[in-house]
Amino acid sequence: MRVGILGLQGGIYEHLYHLKKSFTELGIEGEIKVVTDKGDLNDIDGIIIPGGESTTIGRLMNRLGLTEPLRRFITDGNTTLGICAGAILLAKEAVDAKVGSVQQPLLNVMNIRAIRNYFGRQKNSFETLLEIKGLEGGPYKAIFIRAPVFQPISNKVEELAKLDGKLVMAREENILVTSFHPELTRDNRIHKMFINMHINEK
Amino acid sequence: MDMINYYLSMHEVAFEELVDYFYRLSEIADRLRDEDRLFEYTPPMPRLTRGKYVAGTTTVKHGFPIFQKYGVCMDVTNVEQAQVAEEAGAVSVMVLDKLPYDVRRSGGVARMADPKVIEEVMSHITIPVMAKVRIGHYMEAKILEELGVDMIDESEVLTPADDTRHINKWLFKVPFVNGARDLGEALRRITEGASMIRTKGEAGTGNVSEAVKHMRIIRSEINRLSKMDMEDRMKMARELGVDIGLVDITAKIRRLPVVNFAAGGIATPADAALMMWLGADGVFVGSGIFKSKDPMQRAQAIVLATSMWYDPDKVLEAQKMISESKSMVGIDIRQLKPEELMQTRGI
Repeated sequence: MRVGILGLQGGIYEHLYHLKKSFTELGIEGEIKVVTDKGDLNDIDGIIIPGGESTTIGRLMNRLGLTEPLRRFITDGNTTLGICAGAILLAKEAVDAKVGSVQQPLLNVMNIRAIRNYFGRQKNSFETLLEIKGLEGGPYKAIFIRAPVFQPISNKVEELAKLDGKLVMAREENILVTSFHPELTRDNRIHKMFINMHINEK
Repeated sequence: MDMINYYLSMHEVAFEELVDYFYRLSEIADRLRDEDRLFEYTPPMPRLTRGKYVAGTTTVKHGFPIFQKYGVCMDVTNVEQAQVAEEAGAVSVMVLDKLPYDVRRSGGVARMADPKVIEEVMSHITIPVMAKVRIGHYMEAKILEELGVDMIDESEVLTPADDTRHINKWLFKVPFVNGARDLGEALRRITEGASMIRTKGEAGTGNVSEAVKHMRIIRSEINRLSKMDMEDRMKMARELGVDIGLVDITAKIRRLPVVNFAAGGIATPADAALMMWLGADGVFVGSGIFKSKDPMQRAQAIVLATSMWYDPDKVLEAQKMISESKSMVGIDIRQLKPEELMQTRGI
C-alpha cells in the first residue's frame, strides 16, 4: 500500500513509525509519501490527514489548490484516516464548542458534524483507556488534545468508540476518523485497521 | 523524498521515549513520596483505568506542541489582531500587553498581559491562545493556568521576577514554552518541565541574526554530542547541569527531544523559511507582523513560507505577497547596549 500523509502542518512525521511497523507486522509492501501537491495524489492509494490546526491546514489546502483534488481522491473511494484536526476537515460541518459557528474550509466528505474543542482548553486535555468496536487486544490508550467530538448526520456513519455518550471514533465507508491521537502512543492497532481497510476494499 | 528518511531516523519512538524518560523519573519520585520524602521536581505519574480521564499529564503537555509544528504563532495585543491571525492561518496566538518592539521602547517593568484581554481573545477565536509570564513568576503562571490559556511562555521579553531560578513547570497542568540560546539552556528548561523550546533570538528588533545564531549553536552542539563517547557525554551532562538520560536521548535522536520553534526578529517569509531550513519546527512572529504596514498579507505569507519552506517556488510566492517597503524597520543588534539585550535574561 502506498500511503500519503498530508504534509502541510501538524503531527505529520509522527505517523512514520506506526506505518512502518504496521507494514512489517502485516507483511505487506508499503511506501510512504508526504503529500503537498495535487500531483502527489496520483502515486498513493490512501491518505492520512494528520492532527494540527484545522483552520491552518484548511487555508493552506485552499491556497495550494489541494482542496478539490483531495476531495475527489477521497470520494473516489481511497482509504482515508483523519486524526483530530484531520477529522474536522473531513466533516460536512464544523462548529466550535465555545465560539460557535466558524468559517473554515472543509473537505465536506463525511456525514458528521465536528464539535471543535468539545472537552475544553488544553488544561482539560486528557488520556484514558477506550473500548473500540472491532479492535482486538484490549482497551486502547487514547490521548485527547483539545479534541473534537462528532455527531453523525447520516445512518451510514458507523460508531466505533464513544466517551460519555459522545462519538470519538467513527467510520463511513472508506473514511476512518478519530478525535484522539494514535500517533502519540506505541500502539499501532489503529494504523493497522486503516491499512486493513484498504486491503479489504481491493 | 529524502526528507522522509531523515525524519524517520528521528521518529523511531522519539515522542514516547521522552515521555517514558520523565515517567521513569516520576516512579522514583513516587517511591520517595511513599517514604515521606517529598520530591516534586518530576511530573506526577498518571494511573489510567477505563472510564477515568487523567488531565494535564506529561503526555498531553508534551503532545500539544506537536500539533503546532510547521505553523506560525503570532503575537497579538487585542481581539482584532487575533482575528487577523486566525484568518491568516496562524496555529496559535500569543497575547501580550505590548509587542516586544514597544516593550523595548517604553522601558519600565514589563509584566504579563491583562487577564481580561486574554479572556476576550479566548472567547473570539478557535485556535490555541498563549500568554507570557515573567521568568520565575509562579503566581502569574497560576493565574494564566486558572484562566485557561493553552500554553504559557516563561519569557525573557518580560522583566524577570527571579534572576536565577525558573518556574517548576511540573507543578502545572498547562504546558510551557521557554527560550534558549544554547543546548544547556534548552535541556535545563526541559528538565524543569518545559514542553517546548524556542530559540530566543533578540525580540522586538525585526533582525533575524540572533535567532540564526542561537539555532546554529544548538544544532552544532547536538551534532557534537551525537558523536561523543559515553564518558564525554557524562562530562557534558555534568557541565550543562542536566541528567545524563536527557543528554543521551538528545544524542540519539540528533535534535532537541521536544518541539523547537524559532523566535526573535523574524519579520519576513524568507526569515521564517530560513529558520525552518536551520531545523526549527515552526516560528513565533512577534513584532514582525503587527509592526509592519501589511499585517494580513504578511501573516498569510509567513504561514505559507513556514509550511512550504523546502519549496523555493512557494517561498518566492510568499515573499511576493509582501513588499519590503512595508516591513518593520528593525534595529541593528550592534546598536543595543548589553543591558538592553533580552536574550541574556534567565539562563
